[in-house]
Amino acid sequence: MSLELFVFYVLAGVAVGAAAMVISSRNPVHSVLFLILTFFNAAGLFVLIGAEFLGMVLVVVYVGAVAVLFMFVVMMLDINFVRMREGMLQYLPVGALVGLILLVELGLVFGTWALVEDVTPAFPAPAPDQVPNTRALGQLLYTDYIYLFQAAGVILLVAIIGAITLTLRERKGVLRQDIGRQVARDRAATVELRKVKVGSGIQ
Amino acid sequence: MAEVLYVAQTVVIVLLIVVPLLLGVAYLTYAERKVIGAMQLRQGPMTVGPWGLLQPLADGLKLFLKETVVPSGANRGIFILAPMVTFILALIGWAVIPFGDGLVLADINVGVLYLFAISSLGVYGIIMAGWASNSRYAFLGALRSSAQMVSYEISIGLIIISVLLTAGSLNLSAIVRAQEGLWFVIPHFPMFMLFLASMLAETNRHPFDLPEDEASLVTGYNVEYSSMAFALFFLGEYANMILMAAICSILFLGGWLAPFGFVPFTWIPGPIWFILKICAVLFIFIWARATLPRYRYDQLMRLGWKVFLPLSLLWVVVTSGVLVAFDLLPR
Repeated sequence: MSLELFVFYVLAGVAVGAAAMVISSRNPVHSVLFLILTFFNAAGLFVLIGAEFLGMVLVVVYVGAVAVLFMFVVMMLDINFVRMREGMLQYLPVGALVGLILLVELGLVFGTWALVEDVTPAFPAPAPDQVPNTRALGQLLYTDYIYLFQAAGVILLVAIIGAITLTLRERKGVLRQDIGRQVARDRAATVELRKVKVGSGIQ
Repeated sequence: MAEVLYVAQTVVIVLLIVVPLLLGVAYLTYAERKVIGAMQLRQGPMTVGPWGLLQPLADGLKLFLKETVVPSGANRGIFILAPMVTFILALIGWAVIPFGDGLVLADINVGVLYLFAISSLGVYGIIMAGWASNSRYAFLGALRSSAQMVSYEISIGLIIISVLLTAGSLNLSAIVRAQEGLWFVIPHFPMFMLFLASMLAETNRHPFDLPEDEASLVTGYNVEYSSMAFALFFLGEYANMILMAAICSILFLGGWLAPFGFVPFTWIPGPIWFILKICAVLFIFIWARATLPRYRYDQLMRLGWKVFLPLSLLWVVVTSGVLVAFDLLPR
């Protein structure tokens, strides 16, 4: 067994095992941690097929940002495990039905596949040995697919604006700090020296 | 057979990197205490060995001999896993750091992204420790820390983009070679300053050490840890500082390049220059700790989102504009 194959089986095995643990572990925080392990191994698989840019972006975006926020939310939740298990039997038939339909559909899709003997393998990246795949991706993304790329950007912007509008509320009586005004204050505006006579006091 | 040889060779190189690194971490703590001592007109550690030189070893031994305590309410597995995650993440970043021309363990094409990914993972060690400790102080420290690291990552990412545009590559060796003649600290000076500040925030160092704010959180996320588990956090934090200093010197200070390309400077080999630059940046870390007061938490967030983010975004636009207008884009 070559080293590459060995690494593949380790990464793929851990990814599948961790994915199974995501749905089977009792503690939601453990689930998120297993999800992170799954992402990580998937990134390793990307690197193994020569798509190192995608692998790194998977780690930066999903593991480094999305999963952190996810974990944030899950840790803050106050979950009652006993109450969560109560409805288990009630939802079981519906869940099983959905699973069954999905299985049949997958069976229909894969049933029509036929394995051809000598087929050229698909290339994971355009000519990975000549062009680094970061450059290859950039050249595709910013030329042929520039409109789709821009559209994706606009959609994200709309999502940001939506989230801000939903959570923005006017609150009265909140003290705000104006750093510019604080810095612009000088001695003359804040300190006043007075000579006070003995026994006379000051207003 | 060839594979076994390859693995053995890699293990030897890894040891050659990790062992000096851990020694460096030990003596960084010594240097920190000495430098802060000098700045506060004290002597620093003086009793163990000549000039206190054996102090780091004594500290390590002390931590090693202490009892490991796992709180009864803690989530045991994650509690033990967290310091290991922190420590391992601080070490694996070094795989792509070029110490000299060709002196690198893995010269991968996406070196910068790899480092960025590793530094963004650093938050997990802290958040896991904070949650698993089952303690209010630790949890608050972890929450602060994750919010802080996620925020400052964004400005670091944009700063890196400006450098990448100028260098034209994601490969760290190529970035260093692109600085031959002119270090990026000169054209990108404002970004260098921003990077220094973001670097402090990303490693949870003073003046942005809110996660371990002694006055309000005892010591934050690692309050429940003792013995070697605590030592691993400590080592991880300092190894992260050295890693950040290395990234800073690669991106802005020309990595292994000599400051001037003529004779008295080129006599000194590249790795020595690289280590000297790392030491200079580390001095800034310690200097900041000795001189600056801690930021308030809302001011820290304001600085990250309302000052650093727009500034670094503006600089990306300016850099790309200048590069296109004067036809300076690297091919």
